[in-house]
Amino acid sequence: MAELTMGAVQFAERATTLKRFIATDSFFRHLTRAAAISVLAILFGVFVSLALGAWPAFRTFGLDFLTAQSWNPVTEKFGALAPVYGTLVTSLIAMLIAVPVGIGIAIFLTELCPRLLRQSIGIAIELLAGIPSIIYGIWGLFVFAPFLQQHVQPALIDLFGGVPLLNQLFAGPPYGIGIFTAGLILAIMVIPFVSSISRDVFETTPAVLKESAYALAATKWEVIWSVVLPHGRAGVLGGVMLGLGRALGETMAVTFVIGNAHRISVSILAPGTTISATIANEFTEAVGDLYTASLIALGFILFVITFIVLALARYMLSRFELRTR
Amino acid sequence: MMSRYSRRLLRSRVWLTFSVGAAAFGLLWLVLILSTLVWNGLAGLSFSVFTEMTPPPGGAGGLLNPIIGSLIITALAVAIGTPVGILAGTYMAEYGRFDRITYAIRFINDILLSAPSIIVGLFVYEILVVPMGHFSGFAGAVALAVIVIPVVVRTTEDMLLLVPNQMREAASALGAPQWFVISRVAYRAAQAGIITGVLLAVARISGETAPLLFTALNNQFWSINLNTPMPSLPVVIFQFALSPYEDWQRLAWTGALLITAAVLSLSVLARTLASKGGER
Repeated sequence: MAELTMGAVQFAERATTLKRFIATDSFFRHLTRAAAISVLAILFGVFVSLALGAWPAFRTFGLDFLTAQSWNPVTEKFGALAPVYGTLVTSLIAMLIAVPVGIGIAIFLTELCPRLLRQSIGIAIELLAGIPSIIYGIWGLFVFAPFLQQHVQPALIDLFGGVPLLNQLFAGPPYGIGIFTAGLILAIMVIPFVSSISRDVFETTPAVLKESAYALAATKWEVIWSVVLPHGRAGVLGGVMLGLGRALGETMAVTFVIGNAHRISVSILAPGTTISATIANEFTEAVGDLYTASLIALGFILFVITFIVLALARYMLSRFELRTR
Repeated sequence: MMSRYSRRLLRSRVWLTFSVGAAAFGLLWLVLILSTLVWNGLAGLSFSVFTEMTPPPGGAGGLLNPIIGSLIITALAVAIGTPVGILAGTYMAEYGRFDRITYAIRFINDILLSAPSIIVGLFVYEILVVPMGHFSGFAGAVALAVIVIPVVVRTTEDMLLLVPNQMREAASALGAPQWFVISRVAYRAAQAGIITGVLLAVARISGETAPLLFTALNNQFWSINLNTPMPSLPVVIFQFALSPYEDWQRLAWTGALLITAAVLSLSVLARTLASKGGER
């Protein structure tokens, strides 16, 4: 009799424990699922809140917002052309420098560097990506821009002075700050992105392929050019897009050295502005709803552009299944 | 025949020299930036930097209030972002490993990971600063938390996926429910990696300026009230560096040195922790 009640008690205890287990499990499952969905909610929230905030500007100016160059808080006429132009041109300058240099570094690290130095040089290059952007800004303003103004820009103006087209592109006076300087600083910031992803991609080249090429008496460069680079093409392109995403959206470094001038100049030595620099400089001082809405509209444009670029980057990198930051 | 081969060799050498040059070019900037930073930063570094408030133009002072502000905002951002990130990563690696939604979340999370931080600032301005009616340290912390989440999600998921399935199966065979398997087996195995992710996230947000500009704003005075505008080191550097006053510019360099030292040592720490975890 006593044994029987013991058994019943045990059975009941086991049933409640099991129930508690199931309840906890379902609670935990829903909790983690909610957290995972919040990631989607954040992106959705960014999109909706920026679209709503930008709506007054889009309603007032329509499509002219994208093509108008004027940016006048007094008459409340706003157009995005100058900042969009500045964003694209600074990023273009940055990529023109960062892509060859970044790929060169990746080739050096995977094919040339002595094994002992490989890791330390790789980490050193990646530290460039770890330095906060405001540090690039303060360094660019106080060290780099004065150097360019005194030594590099006068030389460029002299050098291209007699060449048609190029003398327009490099027309003086040397301000130090401007589109050119911002592009160079962005290039330094983007180099580690391109090089670290390219290195990871190059390392996935099967050794057999390279050995076969060497066996056919290919030189080291021929192996790199005809085996390593074609094998990693999509991955390198993904890394380049990721770097472009950073260059387009970079704020602080650019804000320090761009000059914040709302105009489109042919000369890349002239001051200009970018989307992010305009927002950073003017947002807290913007008076009037239309002014604020126009700045948010700029942010919305930047968000859409970077979203497309980053989505393309991820699509290309997904083939390599790399762990990227 | 021979001359053709030597021409190919020459071409190879020329290109490889370019590649070595590229590496030297990259390292050159690191050396240049860090050396000017240390040179200018050390010039203004003194004990009073850590004990005195930010000065008015022309006066003497330190960076005590922005340092404290940065610490509070960063700590709160990590406190908000880390649990969300770890839980989301858990869902993606454990409960929903093969769900279709996990693929969508992974894609979106990777985009959030590299989205421009100034956009995050605008977003939090719209959802917190506008409804509250004023800038606040809390809004700044939320903005940084939005940046923490994708970093932690990514590392948590990666690390949990590395845990061998046999360990989970062994625990399940002993009758442990799934939450128990996750919290007592999977989390413990992935511990070092998850901590690395949090450290990386802290390193990432310590230098962030753009999201704080119009959320936490700035404050010339001592402020630990999260409901008011709060000073932070990056924003003060921004303000002081662009000012015409030499004392302020010197303090900006010192602040820049402090931030860089903190960020770089955090990422080195995370890296060593990660490589130790990998060796086991």
